[in-house]
Amino acid sequence: MDKRTVYLDYNATTPLRAEVKDAMITDLGVFANASSMHDAGRRARSRIEEARSAVAALVGAPDPQSIVFTSGGSESNNTVFATMFHAGRSGARRKIVTTAIEHPCVLNAAKWLESEGFPVIFLGVDGQGKIDMDALVREVDDTTLLVSVMAANNEIGTIQDIARISKLAHARGAFIHTDATQAAGKIPVDVEAWGVDYLTLSCHKIYGPKGVGALFIRKGVPVEPLIRGGHQEHGVRAGTYNNIGILGFGVAARLALSDLDRYVREMSTLRAKLHDGIVEAIPKVRVNGHPYDVLPNTLNVSFPGAEGESILLYLDLEGIEVSTGSACASGSLEPSHVLLATGIGPALAHGSIRFSLGRDTTGGDVAYVLEKLPPIIARLRKMSTVQA
Amino acid sequence: MDAFQWLYSDVVKDHFMNPRNVFDPDEAFVPDAEGIVGNVKCGDQMMFMLRLEGDVISDVRWKTYGCASAIASTSMLSEVVKGMDIRLAYNIKPEDIASRLGGLPDNKIHCSVLGDKALRAAIDSWLDKTGRPGLFKNEGAKVICTCLGINDRDIEEAVRGGARDWEGLQERTKVGTVCGGCRKVAEELLHEYVHIFA
Ligand SMILES: Cc1ncc(COP(=O)(O)O)c(C=O)c1O
Ligand code: FES
Repeated sequence: MDKRTVYLDYNATTPLRAEVKDAMITDLGVFANASSMHDAGRRARSRIEEARSAVAALVGAPDPQSIVFTSGGSESNNTVFATMFHAGRSGARRKIVTTAIEHPCVLNAAKWLESEGFPVIFLGVDGQGKIDMDALVREVDDTTLLVSVMAANNEIGTIQDIARISKLAHARGAFIHTDATQAAGKIPVDVEAWGVDYLTLSCHKIYGPKGVGALFIRKGVPVEPLIRGGHQEHGVRAGTYNNIGILGFGVAARLALSDLDRYVREMSTLRAKLHDGIVEAIPKVRVNGHPYDVLPNTLNVSFPGAEGESILLYLDLEGIEVSTGSACASGSLEPSHVLLATGIGPALAHGSIRFSLGRDTTGGDVAYVLEKLPPIIARLRKMSTVQA
Repeated sequence: MDAFQWLYSDVVKDHFMNPRNVFDPDEAFVPDAEGIVGNVKCGDQMMFMLRLEGDVISDVRWKTYGCASAIASTSMLSEVVKGMDIRLAYNIKPEDIASRLGGLPDNKIHCSVLGDKALRAAIDSWLDKTGRPGLFKNEGAKVICTCLGINDRDIEEAVRGGARDWEGLQERTKVGTVCGGCRKVAEELLHEYVHIFA
């Protein structure tokens, strides 16, 4: 096949979809401070409230006022942990239960609480990335303040049973937060069905602009601003509204919701094609993550005997853009903490590649990858000191 | 530095795309000496195989489980040492290879360090075979602890002998036990060698 560019890193970020881009360009003129009382300000405000409703609808939140706009997933997650710092500072209920496979912005926020003297538990996962429910039941007790479990993992795509985890947390009086950054727009997300108190979203993973996100905060649960200042967002998040980013988020959220069924269908088909093609053409591969509770666009594969950064860069030379759990690519000496948590061992983690598909991926793109990948693996294995 | 900036330096890219002297399991290459270093756990392992005529390296092959800069730098190293006397080859520094490649980012230097370490291991095995064990041991060594005259090779040897942390290293070498001024540099080396040999 002729050389083409195949972007398969949609879990890292997505391009702006055309409808979002067009709407944002049109809305570039919405400049007024949405907190101003004059007409221009009120008009900007009403557009922001429309966007808020669209984001609320995406996560099944009946009250749009439970959505607070932030600068992204990292800020939303940090807001929850900062809130817990204040809520748990004095008092007996201060234990935090989270997982070993969270995004670094949750892991590091949890480690910060740990350094402030909070007891923090990082739950392990099984070989397919599902959290250890027995350990959850054991660890969540009457001193537990927060349970924070991501809805779907960015690296391996494994989906957790948030509804069940919520019930267990609430039964012991703990708050429940889920980082749904990777789940939104890819699987149904429903704050009511899940019963969560806090839920994190990021706009750039759903074909909207970067630097915008949201936090769902159930009415009545505690919240402490990370950024203090004016009265925006009921004082929960200060700073003049990012009009254009928020309006883009609204459009992206509306489209993500209306497209969801088709998205799941199309991604599942393409993923299955890629999965089957790799397993058929390349001996001794290991597919990471859960066999069916997995994001429809995410396929994580380890290629024993071949090192991930080399695979990534040989693919890149062919125009194929992926990511790897190898340490070399991260600039640290440790490979992916997610893959290590699944127990596959450092060698398989170093040799892992994440293919994350998206709206623009075609069957031809998958065929192109299936043509280019097998010889790359064969070549690296041939020059390897390690037997596949 | 961004990984892609260095990768696409033309020299690195060329060696990455067309690595020279890679061992091909289908060819009949019987080495006179070989050395292997690194650890798959750390994501890099390197093997060097030498054909020797007297003390001159007449041909060379290598294999690696490693990242792009491991491949490119070892490919470059393999070209440089062909036809070279083993004493000269023994003293090639990772920096020499990195500069021939037009530079490598700091966090990538350990990959080329691996190439020269594997080469030295192969030469050491040749020296053992020919009844001259440890002949070049102190050549090209860099003094790390000026108080006690302890060099990088001594630290390397201590790690190969089992030192894994600062206390273990001090037990074996006494490094840093006088003024202590060498501790930072010695610990960095320790960390690097543990990564390579442990
Ligand atoms: C699971 C998860 N949480 C949080 C984030 C951070 O989101 P943002 O980039 O918007 O800060 C990401 C994306 O990098 C993610 O994948
Ligand atoms: S330089 Fe090493 S102890 Fe003084």
